[in-house]
Amino acid sequence: MSNGAPHPLSDPPRTWIRRLSTLLFIRPRLMLFLLLTPPLLWLGIIYLGSLVALLVQSFFRLDGFTGMVVREFSLSSYLELTSIPNLEIVFRTTVMATAVTLTSALLALPLGYTMARSTSPRLKGMLYLAVLLPLWSSYIVRVFSWKMILAKEGILNWLVEQVHLKWLLEAILSLPVIGGSSLSFSYLGAFLVFVYIWLPYMILPVNAALERIPQSVLDASNDLGARPWMTFRKVIFPLALPGIVAGSIFTFSLTLGDYIIPGAIGNSSYFIGQAVLAHQGTAGNIPLAAAFTVVPILIMGVYLTLAKRMGAFDAL
Amino acid sequence: MTISQPPAIRLTNLSRHYGDVKAVHQINLEIQDGEFFSLLGPSGSGKTTTLRLIAGFEFPTTGSIALHGQEVADIPPFSRNVHTVFQDYALFPHMTVEQNIAYSLMIKKVAAAERKRRVGEMLEVVRLPGLESRLPSQLSGGQRQRVALARALVDHPRVLLLDEPLGALDLKLRQQMQVELKSLQREVGITFVFVTHDQEEALTMSDRLAVFNEGRIVQVGTPFEVYEQPATRFVAGFVGTSNHFDGPLAEQLTGSAKMFTIRPEKITVSEIGTPSPPGAIQVEGTILNAVYMGMQTRFLVRIGEAAEVTVTQANLHAANRNLEALRNRPVKLSWDPQYNHVIHE
Repeated sequence: MSNGAPHPLSDPPRTWIRRLSTLLFIRPRLMLFLLLTPPLLWLGIIYLGSLVALLVQSFFRLDGFTGMVVREFSLSSYLELTSIPNLEIVFRTTVMATAVTLTSALLALPLGYTMARSTSPRLKGMLYLAVLLPLWSSYIVRVFSWKMILAKEGILNWLVEQVHLKWLLEAILSLPVIGGSSLSFSYLGAFLVFVYIWLPYMILPVNAALERIPQSVLDASNDLGARPWMTFRKVIFPLALPGIVAGSIFTFSLTLGDYIIPGAIGNSSYFIGQAVLAHQGTAGNIPLAAAFTVVPILIMGVYLTLAKRMGAFDAL
Repeated sequence: MTISQPPAIRLTNLSRHYGDVKAVHQINLEIQDGEFFSLLGPSGSGKTTTLRLIAGFEFPTTGSIALHGQEVADIPPFSRNVHTVFQDYALFPHMTVEQNIAYSLMIKKVAAAERKRRVGEMLEVVRLPGLESRLPSQLSGGQRQRVALARALVDHPRVLLLDEPLGALDLKLRQQMQVELKSLQREVGITFVFVTHDQEEALTMSDRLAVFNEGRIVQVGTPFEVYEQPATRFVAGFVGTSNHFDGPLAEQLTGSAKMFTIRPEKITVSEIGTPSPPGAIQVEGTILNAVYMGMQTRFLVRIGEAAEVTVTQANLHAANRNLEALRNRPVKLSWDPQYNHVIHE
C-alpha cells in the first residue's frame, strides 16, 4: 500500500441504514429500549392490564334486583365465593389439578429420562415426535375423540370386554366419587383426558432439566457406591425438580382453568373454569366470575412460594 | 512388596469394540499396588476407554479385569473399590462441598458426626479448609479439582483413577497440582492410574507408564525407559521429539543401515572446524531456521539433500539475539553415539 490512495481510517456513514446501525452499535441502551418496547407494551397493557381489570371487577357487586353491575367497592363476590357449593367447586378443581400434576410428573420422569439419555438419535427423534405430535391437532377434536373412546359403546369398553376384564372396569366405575355410569361420565374419565392433554407440557421441561445433567455426574454417583435407585433419589430427582416445578405450573394452572374437558367428560359437577363461564355468560355475574378467576392465581402464588421455600429452584 | 501379592490391576487380553471400531484391542497390563501409573497417548488411542473399563462404566467385549486378584469384568462400578476423578470434575451441582465429599460415606450410612470429621480431614489434606458450605458453582477450577479429589479419596479406595484431571487448569496451576498430586499419592499410598495426553506430565509424575496408540499398548516402562529407549518410532515421536535416521544416511553415520533415533538435546551445534571429542559422530549441515524458546533455542538443520534434524541447545549463556542471521549458515552437528537408539520395527 505504498502507492495509490491512502487507506481511510473509517468508512464515512453513507446511507441512513448505515447511520442507524452505527448509532445503535454505539448506544446499546437505545438498542435495548427499541427491542424491549413492543413486548413490554404487550405484556404491560394487554396482559397485565386485563389481569388488573379482572381484579378490579372482582370487587364490584351485582345488584340482585336489577341484575346490573354496581361499580362500587364491595367484598360481596368474595363472600359469595365462600359459600359451600362454590368452595366445593374450588376444592374439586384443586384436587383434580393436583392429581393430574402428580400423575404427569410420574409419567414424565421415566420418559424424559429415556429421551435425555438415549444414545440412539432415531429413538430420541421418535420419542420427541410422539410427545409433540398430539399438539399438532385441535384440542377440541382430541377431547371429543376421547369422549368417543371412553363412551359405553366406545372402543375401550369393547377392548375390555374382549379380554374379559369387564368386571374389573365395572368394579372401578362402582367406586364412590371417581366412578360413574361409564368412563365418559366420571371423574376418572376426566382425569385420564386431563393427563393425556397436558402431559406434553410436563415432559418437555422435565426432559430439558434431565438433558442438562452431564453423564459424568451420573457416572460419579455410581462410582462412589450409589446403586441406581440411590442415584435417582440423590442426584437425578433433585436436578429434575426445577423441570418438574416448571411443568407443574403448566399442568396445574391449565387444569385449574379448563372448562372444556369437565364439560365434555365427567358428571355434571362444575369445575372453576365452567363456573367462570357460567357466571360471566348466562348469569351475567361478572364480579363473581372475576372472583373465581382470582382463585387459581392465588393457588399458583402459594404453590410457587412453597416450591421456592422447599428449594425446588436451588439447582437452577 | 511380596511377590505372591496379586497386582492392584491386571488386564488380560482386554478388548472393547464398538461395532467395527476397536477402541481398545487385546491389551495386557499389570499395575502394582501403590504405583503412580500413567496411561499416555493421543486422543482416540484407547487410554480413556481403558480407564472407564477399570472403573466399570464400560464393559469389555472380551478379556478380563482383575482388581487385587478379584475378577471384576462383570461387576458394576458401585461394587468396585475404585474411585474416579473426572475430567470435568463431575461435582454434584446441587450439593455443598461437604455433601459432595461425604457422598460415598452417606451411601455407606456412616454416622453424621463421623462424616463431618472425615470431610474436615479431607479438606485439610487437599488444603481447602473452611469451604464446607460452598456450592460447586462458587468455586474456582482449581478448588473444584481438589473437592473432586477429596470426594474420591474420603472412603479410602484402593485404586484412584484420574481422567485427565489437570487438563482444564492453566499452566502454573497445573504444574503446582502435578507436584501436589504426586505427594498426595505418596501420602495416601494407594495406586493412582492417571490418564493424560501430555507426555511431559506423564514423564514427571509416573513411576511407570503405558503408551497407547490406536487401541493398543505400544510400550510399558519407567519414564527413563520410555524416553531414552522408545520401543517404536511412534513412541519416539510422541514422547518428546526425536530424529530418525535410516538407510544410506544411517550407514554413513554409524556404519549400519538400521533405523535409529537421537534426541534433539543430545546433539551439539558448532562452527565448522570446531574439534569434537574422540568417537563422536560428526556431520555437516545448513541451518534452515532457529527459534528462540526461552530456556533453549531450537534449530532445524538440513543434512545432505533430504534429511532434516531438530537440535535444541540450552541457552546456558546469553542467547544469540540475531537468530535470523543464522539462516543458511553451514554448521557442524556432533553427538556421542551411545545416545543412538536402534528401533526394531
